Formats: sequence, structure tokens, C-alpha cells
Amino acid sequence: MLLFIALPIVSVVLQSMYAPHEQVVVEVENCDVFGCKKSTMVDQDATRELRDAKPLGRFVGSDIYTNRSHLATSEVAIAWRDSDGLSAFFKDIMNLPFYRAMAFTLTFTFVVTPMVLILGFFIAVAVNSIPSLLRGPAIFLSLLPLIITPLIGSLILFWMIDARGIVGALLQTLAGDPNLSLKASTSLTWVTLIVYGIWHSAPFAFVVYYAGLQTVPKDTLESAMIDGASRWEQIRYVVLPHLLPLTTFIALIQLMDNFRVFEPIMGFNASAHAVSLSYFIYDDLGGETRLLSSAAATSVLTIVGVTILLMPVLIRAWRDFGRKQGT
Amino acid sequence: MSKVADRRSPVLVLFIWAFLFLWLVIAAFPFFWTFWGSFKVEGDFFSKADWTWALFGHLTPVETGGNFTGDGYHGAWVQEEFWRAALNTVIVVVSVVAISLTFGTLAGYALSRSTYNYAFWLLILALIFRAMPPITLVSGYLLPFYQWNLWGHLPTSIIVLVAINQPFTLWMLTSFFRNIPKDLDESAMVDGCTHFQAFRHVIIPVMWPGVITTGLFSLLLAYNDFAVTAMLLSKDNQTMVPKIASFLGTTQTKGNVMFAVASVVSVTAPLFILVMFFQRQIVSGLTAGAVKG
Repeated sequence: MLLFIALPIVSVVLQSMYAPHEQVVVEVENCDVFGCKKSTMVDQDATRELRDAKPLGRFVGSDIYTNRSHLATSEVAIAWRDSDGLSAFFKDIMNLPFYRAMAFTLTFTFVVTPMVLILGFFIAVAVNSIPSLLRGPAIFLSLLPLIITPLIGSLILFWMIDARGIVGALLQTLAGDPNLSLKASTSLTWVTLIVYGIWHSAPFAFVVYYAGLQTVPKDTLESAMIDGASRWEQIRYVVLPHLLPLTTFIALIQLMDNFRVFEPIMGFNASAHAVSLSYFIYDDLGGETRLLSSAAATSVLTIVGVTILLMPVLIRAWRDFGRKQGT
Repeated sequence: MSKVADRRSPVLVLFIWAFLFLWLVIAAFPFFWTFWGSFKVEGDFFSKADWTWALFGHLTPVETGGNFTGDGYHGAWVQEEFWRAALNTVIVVVSVVAISLTFGTLAGYALSRSTYNYAFWLLILALIFRAMPPITLVSGYLLPFYQWNLWGHLPTSIIVLVAINQPFTLWMLTSFFRNIPKDLDESAMVDGCTHFQAFRHVIIPVMWPGVITTGLFSLLLAYNDFAVTAMLLSKDNQTMVPKIASFLGTTQTKGNVMFAVASVVSVTAPLFILVMFFQRQIVSGLTAGAVKG
């Protein structure tokens, strides 16, 4: 099991430092009656031999990391030097593919996560207050967006928001603009993807919060009531503190899940306007030319990103663990 | 709690019901809409002229003669050979669940009876695996798999899916077995059972709830996966989800969109049934992490 996690990481790190071999070029001299001409041609055999001998490619060190499609250090440096003002700098940066993917991924993660927490909490409170006979069906219907395959879920929504689909047509009528299309502009595409993300993940927060609400101590709630707390105050001072550990848990899971957002971009066919890190890798891996080393470099950068994102949580878990061992 | 104290103002009640209703519509309506529309022709499913066409089918009778049509399903399952993808999915899902549960139960039982707290490290491993986008792992697997000629086969992706899933399975089963009191197998051994007999006759009969919950989650993972199966399987061995993704490339031709719609509904239907029967287990599985983690 460790093998399966450690090996691919080693493999991507290795791959990211190698670039594919260039073709072996030989110079041949063709002599005919008009004299000799030198021409270059690809030596197929030598190329194949070289590729077989060193399948990884030639060692290039950190070149792939710093080239234009990844960290693009020289481009960033030029942009920093030449552009006047921060906004111009950011505009330049956003033209670089890696930073664009990074920007979308981070925006998606940090918008969707809090929204999911809030929406999930309110759904849980609402479901908790209806007669218990109706709760089962309500939970059933709420679970659907969560259980559905992400690609399938985003396709279903994609067809609905199509300009000819029901939601798309409704929006056109509401906005009074018959040419409105959610797929045409970058900002609207981002909004669509974020709405999808919330739709998909809110049930998770709901289910966890709902389970948490069942264990809210009744005595504390009653004593708060006797002390004259209003309904809102009861939620604020009794229920919310009780649910705080759950909130950390949901936020952690959501941060991880949203950071690797990938399928919706496929489903919504949105790669022209929004690209996430995962999609960036997928794009490199697929297609005619499999850019393995480029994908590997992005993978390494993504893993670094995940580690930074999870660092606070891991440190806390480690401390808790140490405390448990100590007692 | 007393009923009087629980009384709410009518405005609040109304607000709660309205909110809940709105959410349920948002959550579930797209599925019913797509299901209904999959029996129509494309002109009705995407009806710009009049949205009621999609409900009552204006063009469907004109084009096919009946109020509902199975053309989309016929096209997808027979013409585009979606049944092959469905078969592959069944193979992958069943193998992944069977393998990860077999190893998971044995290892989980062993780990839970050991004195050292493995659960923590398993949890950390499961967390790391969960945090890592599967596609980054896949990009690590690709090159070795090409070299060893393993790429494109079903067993390869089954193994990868099991590997990605295993830390989570192990962690869940370990914490589940911890809740089965140690006294149970100890008393069996006092009565003369060997270690294995104790497991066979005492633990296996009581372990099913935990195993079913864990199995459900590996099933969902294998069924819903796109990144691994799309990258590691050749075109003949594709499972359902990558197959649908490949439908999308050819949606421009008329009728093909309905193939995709029909196959999407076909993929959703088993999930629907799954949630219907195992709702309790899914909910308890989702919350188990929160309570124990």
C-alpha cells in the first residue's frame, strides 16, 4: 500500500526532471553532378536506440519547472519589471497557464468551502425541524447531488443551463437578453462552476451537521431556554459551539475535495475559460502528444500545494496524537 | 422537549418550509428533468421555442409517432455499444469491492487487536490519499505502465483503484472492529477456539454492518471514478463514465446528444436505487469520520 503511494510520487518527481529526447540529427552530404550539398536528416534508428536506452529522457533538472507553462520565473520577472502597478502585473501573470489554473483552483476552493458550510447548516436546521415522517424522503432527495458521479452531475446541469435548456432559457427571459449564454464569458463560467460545486457538496455538510444536531445536549438547550434565550440565541450559543468540531472536519474534507476540482470542467466543457490544476495535468496527459514530464511537473507543484493547504491540520492532528500518547 | 416551548412563530415555520422546498427542488429536480427528457427527441429536450414542449413533447410524436421514444437508449446501448462499457464497469466495481473488502477485513481485524494505535497512522494515510488529486498519482503511474505493457487492461486499473481506496477502507474497518469488544473473541478462545476459528465463528457474524458501509464507499469510489479509468484504460476497455466523456466529443451530430442523455440516465439509475436502499448506511458512513476523526 505504501508502495502505491510512494512510488508514483517518486515517479512524478523523477519524470518532472527529464525532458523527452530530441531527435538525433545527422548531417549527410549528397553529392551529385552539380556538386555537394549538405542536408540534415533525422536518424530514426539512433533516436529509437537513445529512447530505448534512456526511457526517461534527458536530464534537465528544474528547467521544466521554470519554463513558460509552469512557474515561468523569467516571464514573471519580466512582468514584474515592466508592468506599472499591481493590477497590470496580475493581468500579465494571468496569461500564464499555470497561474491561471492556480487562480481558478484557489478561487473555487475558497468560495465553495464556506458556502457549502453555510448552506449545509441551514438545510440541516430546516430538515431537523420538520416532522420526522418527512425527514427520510428529504434526506434521500438531498443526498442525490452528493452521490452522483461528478462528471454525470455536471453534465445534467450543463444541459439544463444550455441556451436551449430550461434554466438557460429562463435566465434569458429574466435578464431580457436573448443572447445571454453562461458558457460565453469567463466570469459567468466561473460562477456556474462554483454554483455546481456548492450544489454537489452541500449535502455532505448537511448530512454531517444533521447527525451533529441529533446529539445536541437537550439539557443545555432547555436551561438556555429557561434563562430566556431566544431561538436565535439558542442556536448561536448552544448549537453552534456544539457543532464546531464538525465544522473543522467538513472544512478539511471540502478543502481537499475542492482543491482537486476536475470533472466539472470536463462536464461543463469549460476549459476555454476555467482550468484547474487537475485539468491542467489531464490535458497534458491526454491528447496526441503525451507531455508526461510537463504533467509530472504540474503534479509535483500540486502535491506541494496540497501539503501547504493541509499543513495546519496535520500539525494539529500530530499534537493531538502526542497528547493522547502522553496520557 | 415540551411542546409549548418548541412552538415557533408562523413566519419562521413558513420560511423553513419554503427554504427546504426550494432546496429539495434544486437538489432533485435536475435528475427528474433529465430522466423525463431522455425519452424525448432532441428538439423537445432542448426546446428554445416553448419550454412546455419538454414536458409534453411537441416534436416527439411528430418525429417518432409515440409520446415517448427509446431511441436515445437504443442508440447508446446498441449502436454505440454502451453495454460493453457497462459490463466493464460491473467487472471493475465488483473486483474493487471484493478485493478491498477481503484485505480490509483481515487487516482491519488484525490491526484493531494490536496494542499499538495504528488507527492514527491509517487516518493520516487515508487523509493524504484523499487530499492528493488522483490525477497526480495517475501521471506517476503512466510511464512505468507503458514500459511494462500494463497500460489499457482492466486489472491494472482495478489494482490502482484498490490501492487508492485501501487506506480509507482499512481505517474505517479498523475503527469498526475496535468497537467489537475484545472479550468476545477472548471468551471464544477460552472455550477452545483457535485464533482463526474465533474470527470465523464469532467476529464474522457480527461484522456485517461495518463491512457493508465500507463496501458501499469503495463501490461509490470505483463507480464514480473518472481520472483513473479515463487515463489507464484503452478504448475497448472503457468503463461507463469515460465512455460518456467520449460521447461528448461527437455531440455535434444530431441525435448524439440524446445518446449521451440516455446513457447519463442509465448511469444514474443504479446510484438512485443504491441511495434508496442504503440511505442509512451511507449517512452513518459519512458521519463516522466526523465522530471518530
